[in-house]
Amino acid sequence: MDTESTYSGYSYYSGRSRGSHRHGERSRDRHKSRSKDSRSEKSVTINTPPAEPLLGDSAVRGEQVQDDNWGETTTAVTGTSEHSLSQEDIVRITKDLEDSVGLDCRRYFTLTLAVILGLLVFLTPLAFLVLPHLLWPEKLQSCGTACEGLFISVAFKLLILLLAVWALFFRPPRAGLPRVFVFRALLAVLVLLFVVSYWLFYGVRILDSQDENYQGIVQYAVSLVDALLFIHYLAIVLLELRQLQPCFSACVTRSTDGEIRQYNLGQLSIQRAALAILEHYYCDFPVHNPALLSASKSRAAKHLAGLKVYNVDGPGNNAAAGTGPLSVQGHDRCSSPPQGHQSTTSCTTRRLSTRGASASAKRAWWWQSRRRSHISSACRRRSRRRLQGTVMDPREAAQAIFPSMARALQKYLRTTKQQHCHSMESIQQHLAFCITNNMTPKAFLESYLTPGPTLQYSRDHWLARQWTLISEASVTSGLKDGTVFVLKCVDFSLVVTAKKIPYIQMSEEYIDPKSHKFVLRLQSETSV
Amino acid sequence: MSFIPGQPVTAVVQRIEIKKLHQKDNLILGFSIGGGIDQDPGQNPFSEDKTDKGIYVTRITPGGPAHDAGLMMGDKIMQVNGWDMTMVTHDQARKRLTKKKEDVVRLLVTRKSLEHAVKQSMGSSPGLKHSGATYNHNLMQ
Repeated sequence: MDTESTYSGYSYYSGRSRGSHRHGERSRDRHKSRSKDSRSEKSVTINTPPAEPLLGDSAVRGEQVQDDNWGETTTAVTGTSEHSLSQEDIVRITKDLEDSVGLDCRRYFTLTLAVILGLLVFLTPLAFLVLPHLLWPEKLQSCGTACEGLFISVAFKLLILLLAVWALFFRPPRAGLPRVFVFRALLAVLVLLFVVSYWLFYGVRILDSQDENYQGIVQYAVSLVDALLFIHYLAIVLLELRQLQPCFSACVTRSTDGEIRQYNLGQLSIQRAALAILEHYYCDFPVHNPALLSASKSRAAKHLAGLKVYNVDGPGNNAAAGTGPLSVQGHDRCSSPPQGHQSTTSCTTRRLSTRGASASAKRAWWWQSRRRSHISSACRRRSRRRLQGTVMDPREAAQAIFPSMARALQKYLRTTKQQHCHSMESIQQHLAFCITNNMTPKAFLESYLTPGPTLQYSRDHWLARQWTLISEASVTSGLKDGTVFVLKCVDFSLVVTAKKIPYIQMSEEYIDPKSHKFVLRLQSETSV
Repeated sequence: MSFIPGQPVTAVVQRIEIKKLHQKDNLILGFSIGGGIDQDPGQNPFSEDKTDKGIYVTRITPGGPAHDAGLMMGDKIMQVNGWDMTMVTHDQARKRLTKKKEDVVRLLVTRKSLEHAVKQSMGSSPGLKHSGATYNHNLMQ
């Protein structure tokens, strides 16, 4: 957490709008206050006698008081997981309240602009056609066959334009980006200029002089619609097609546990690239589990060598007694970090055996319950009632099966420190889902054995829906080779490095198929 | 030891007579051969000319009949019992050497040191008769 506060002090927040700027200030202040607290906590534990309680922490962590070692421990080291979670909830709620107002205003403003522009674009050709009939009907030449044919073409082209605009622009917005989307703004300006210039010409040359050649006016309207279709083609190319061809390879690293993924991106601006990467993040990266971050605790504990490190996660796990250098656990999901070096292997084996035991226990229970539910479904088919086989829908069946394996599952989740990812309700829902779709026990267990992508978990677990883009270059500038930017959320940050895919020079070499001839040359030695 | 097609091959050869040894139903001579017109001449470590497809002695069993008779590693076999060995396949050479009815093989072998010895002796005393035999062979192409 120290590193977080210093980093936010030096970073450049690119969001200039009111909402995000205010959020930046507030989070920076909060980070500084948190770091001050932690620093003061550290100084208290080093300088004062161990029996003194620490400021503000005893209220939050009640279970700590019960342990007999608490007087000798430094809770500054563990002042991360529970403490920061509760603070983050507050941060998140206030941020949601404040920023939703600012972003909504901007969104409505752009929406009204777009609607006005759209109406202008669609009504202009119709106005061009209708105005002569309204203003000088007697002078107007009658519309011949070719002219009426042009009416049909205007109608259909307008219909196609309407459908195309609906397909391209009327989509639910995926995200709110910090700066305006440059290409869209350019296109809007282009369309506006275009329509205004057509109106100018129309006003000066046709309205003022009251031209009688109606066929010419109709052809003018048709040319306007043609040009609008071409502008729409330009919009497709600029907005959609240009970034399809991969030009950059972005390497995304999560700052807390070092998960790395690579993605291919096209020529995008930094904010659009950030958006694409975030969408991939939610699908690909395993969910961020702060309870598994034993590395940070052990790193801080290394600085305070000689002091005992304390484990906060429940009274079931032992307190550590390591005084020597502590090993960084990394991916090793140890149940009570950080223990001494000698117990790492025992911890791993214990975890594996717990996992195996709970998995096999769960499987045994599952098959028993499946047999029961098979019987009940058979009963349902023959419409006979038995003592065990009352007819149940999947939810009730899940609720009936759940208590028999709840203990084993809870124990397993607590051991692998995933208990905050899965609530009782979500487990029952998943069980009902598996029963409905006739899944095997292995399929049911699979979602608990490995951490899945963030999207798999319930919405309230997505602690990070507000992201901050930190970049040295302007966020509307394009990606270049070696661009680095950081996507920061409350818990962690994603560091993105973009590298350009190199220009490949390929040459050809023709091989005549008749030139594939082979001679077998041997060299054998025979003894005589 | 290279040959020009159509021209007779000339070489200084030594006569070696080897008595075959009875060993467990087999008659062995105690050396290994390599080469042949169906083999790759470029892999022959003993030949000077890497297009030479003749039969060469690649290994001599120490204490065997060939060793006792004076055969040396790297010798090129020109004749076996009167049969030519300069233009035969590897298998034909093996058969000529391992005929069960023959107890003795009389080889004509050549090596580089023979030529040197003859040249030296001829150079030192031009009129002296040399002890080795010259080998003339017309190659029918």
